[in-house]
Amino acid sequence: MTLPPPIPPLDPQAVAAAAARFAAQAPADVRYAELDTPVGRVVAVMTRKGLARLDYEDWFGGLDAVLEDTAAKLSPRILRGGAALDPVARELDEYFEGRRRAFDIPIDWTLVPPFGRRVLQATARIPYGEVATYGEVATRAGSPGGARATGNALGANPVPIVVPCHRVVRAGGLLGGYTGGVERKQRLLAVERGERALFG
Amino acid sequence: MPLPPFQRFLDEQRDPVWRFLVASVGRDAADDCFQETFLAAMQAYPRLRHGEHLRAWVLTIAHRKAIDHHRARRRAAVPVGATPDVAAPEPPAADDETWRRVRDLPARQRAVLLLRYAGDLPHRDVAAALGCSEEASRQAAREGLKRLRHEIGDH
Repeated sequence: MTLPPPIPPLDPQAVAAAAARFAAQAPADVRYAELDTPVGRVVAVMTRKGLARLDYEDWFGGLDAVLEDTAAKLSPRILRGGAALDPVARELDEYFEGRRRAFDIPIDWTLVPPFGRRVLQATARIPYGEVATYGEVATRAGSPGGARATGNALGANPVPIVVPCHRVVRAGGLLGGYTGGVERKQRLLAVERGERALFG
Repeated sequence: MPLPPFQRFLDEQRDPVWRFLVASVGRDAADDCFQETFLAAMQAYPRLRHGEHLRAWVLTIAHRKAIDHHRARRRAAVPVGATPDVAAPEPPAADDETWRRVRDLPARQRAVLLLRYAGDLPHRDVAAALGCSEEASRQAAREGLKRLRHEIGDH
C-alpha cells in the first residue's frame, strides 16, 4: 500500500464507453454534427424545434467557434451526434446527388429576427434551379426598396443551402455575395442546373 | 473564461470524474455514478455563470452521487440470517487496495482523501466542496493518512 494514495488508474475504453452511453441518452438542448459535402464541411446544429444553424466550418473559424457561439446564443447544453441529425445528413446527400429539390427538415427560427424571417421565408419559395434578385425578394418580403436590408438578412441566414439564399443574385446578371464565399454560391447553382459532374 | 459547450466540458472532465468514482465506489458502480453525475451536471449547467473551477464543481457532484450510492447499498444490504447464494463480487484488480481502505475511513477523512488524491484537487477546492475550512480539510487528510499508516503497521 502506497501513501498518500496514488491517483487511480484509468481504463480509457471504460471511460470512453461511459461517456458515449451518457451522450447517447442525455437530454441536451442542442445536438450537432460535422457533415462533409461537395461544398466543404458544415456544422449542423439541431434544437428540439429543428435545424437552427448550418455553418460552413472554415468560414466561421472552426468547430469550436461555432459551438461557442451556439452556447452563447442558444444553450450551452450541447452534445455531439444523435438521431436528430440523421435527416439533415440524408437530405443534404440527396440534394447534392440531384435527387432532392426541397428540404423537409424543420427549421428553428430562434436566431432570426422578424424581418430576416420574412426575407428567408420569401427566399425559401424561390423554385429549385431558379434565381431572384435582391429587389424581388425585398418586395416579396413586404419591403419594396429594401434591397440592401434584404442583402444583410440573407448574409445572416443561419441555415444556408436549406434556405437557398444562393438563389438570390444581383440585378443585371451579377452573382452578388455569399456567406461562405462566392465560389460556393456558384457551385450550389451549378448543382441545381444538373452540373454535378463538374466537381463530383 | 466563458462556459464551454457541454461536449467540451464532458471531454475534459470525464477522466478525472472516472478516476474519482473508481476510487470512491469501485469499478463496478463507477459507470452508474458517472451517468448520474453528468446528468446532474447537465441539468445545473446553464445556471453556471462562467467556466472557472469546473473540475472542482463536477467532482463535488460526483462526491454527492458516491454518497448516495453508499447509502443505497447499505439500505439494500442482505439482512442477517439470509443466505445469499453468491458471495459479494471481488473488487476488480484496478480497484486498488489503498482505495478500498480509504473507503472504510470515517466520512470526513474519506471525503477529503478522495477529493484531494483521487480528484487531485487542492485543499482550497476540497474545503469548498465539503463546506469546511481549508485547515479542517488539511487536518482531516493528516488524520486519514495517519490512520491508514497505522493500519498497515507503518509508523
